[in-house]
Amino acid sequence: MKPLLEIEELTIRFGGLVAVNKVSITIQEGELVGLIGPNGAGKTTCFNMLTGVYEPTEGKICLLGTNIHGLAPHDICKKGVARTFQNIRLFKSMTVVENLLVSLHRERGYSLVESILGIARFGRREREMREKAMEILKVLGLDARADAIASSLPYGEQRKVEIARALACSPKLLLLDEPAAGMNPSETAQLATYIQKIRKDFNITVLLIEHDMSLVMKICERIYVLDYGQLIAQGKPEEIKRDPRVIEAYLGGSVGGNHA
Amino acid sequence: MNYALQIFQLLCLNVILASSLNIINGYCGLFSIGHAGFFAVGAYVAAAASKLWMPEFAAAEPAVALVLVVLIGAFAAGLAGLIVGIPCLRLTGDYLAIATVGFGEIIRILLLNTESVGASRGFPGIVLLTGNWFPAWVLFFTILSLLIIHRLMRSSTGRAIISIREDEIAARAMGINVRFYKTFAFVVGAFFAGLSGGLFAHYSQFLHPSNFTFMISVMVLLMIVIGGLGSQMGAVLGAVIVTLLPEVLRFNETLSSIRMLIFGLIMILVVLWQPQGLMGLYRKMFISKKGQGAS
Repeated sequence: MKPLLEIEELTIRFGGLVAVNKVSITIQEGELVGLIGPNGAGKTTCFNMLTGVYEPTEGKICLLGTNIHGLAPHDICKKGVARTFQNIRLFKSMTVVENLLVSLHRERGYSLVESILGIARFGRREREMREKAMEILKVLGLDARADAIASSLPYGEQRKVEIARALACSPKLLLLDEPAAGMNPSETAQLATYIQKIRKDFNITVLLIEHDMSLVMKICERIYVLDYGQLIAQGKPEEIKRDPRVIEAYLGGSVGGNHA
Repeated sequence: MNYALQIFQLLCLNVILASSLNIINGYCGLFSIGHAGFFAVGAYVAAAASKLWMPEFAAAEPAVALVLVVLIGAFAAGLAGLIVGIPCLRLTGDYLAIATVGFGEIIRILLLNTESVGASRGFPGIVLLTGNWFPAWVLFFTILSLLIIHRLMRSSTGRAIISIREDEIAARAMGINVRFYKTFAFVVGAFFAGLSGGLFAHYSQFLHPSNFTFMISVMVLLMIVIGGLGSQMGAVLGAVIVTLLPEVLRFNETLSSIRMLIFGLIMILVVLWQPQGLMGLYRKMFISKKGQGAS
């Protein structure tokens, strides 16, 4: 079987800076994979290349065997890759359910003329889209907030709306960029159960960037570690915890230096 | 009564203009201030259609001809929007604003130098099609425009347009073809500005390039800023205020002569104290109290 995502020797240069250097990642369908690394390691840059925000200088990105390198972000979304953002990027003045309805736009199934004439199909499809959005909100426990303005929600809920909105794109692969940033330990623990739940309920594959090690070690099946744009380690959480290069990257050169 | 009817028609035309700019500036978040250009394209093309291209038909079937020429003007303006939009919508913010100002001026200067539409002498002799029924047609087109824009913005396409204003990067990541919908909003806005222009041509029966200066674009912008960007009710309210205020001031000579100063002052006050416009004020006073919480 073809892997869901296959990244080969992905490289991007910004002028003289090599932000991501020959990174290769393979993810099988249904996996929950973590991508960690110190600040500035190139994790979000990887996401930006995966979603078409940046075009890689070199390398290949294949989704189920088809190359998505160089496609526009909205086309990559159609191919089944959805993401959240490290710094929340909700449609602030829209309601929560409207945020999800934007993601459902390409499933609308009615034409412009039908919406202007108010033909029955328009009303029916709008209802169906709303129901679908409500189902997703229910899974994340946000259904009571559906008609609240997005920016009026507390921070933790806004993070969840980000995830819900990405889910509404019906992705095969969900990219979560630091979903636990700014959350307290109990919120983070709750988030862990939600991530495992949506993965099962929506039958999706998850790639997760996270700094919160308790979350990563708890839920990820495999972990890739980036440092200065290089892939320095990969493997199961227990292996990563003991890997001297990872410890060096996080705690500084002296620890690794003594061992070497 | 006749005076009131004239003002009412002008008001309707401004309502269409403000609603059309509101699609571009208010809903899609693009900063365009070349709306007079699209208004001019619609006006001149509709006038040319009724006076030069099909005068016999216009005389025989005035109602059908009116609808036809107004639509021709609107489509011409929409086409202009497409031609300007494709290159210009790569720009954002101030740069787009400058480009659209440039477009408005180019149109005005083109008209000022086109002999077939009278150049600097103006374009006279446009027949008031449908005669006494004309104000009814103006009202009909106004209501139709408002209805179409309302339905459009309530649809999925409308949400896609608003999402671009809210966060372009997120919209793109959620599968919205941002360049397409920006252009779409721009073209629809231009279309309705052209429709208003076509009606204006037959309302005033005389066109001159000086009807379409940069000040017109600024006035339309003022309408939607006063009313509240991104609210259709706001655009209508803004149009009412900006159209009727000079008429009220007309009764006092001093006030009348400084009306542009008054408009400037209103704009400054609105931007400083109530950037969400009148509809924002309304929402703050009546809706947030119902417990949505501050946003």
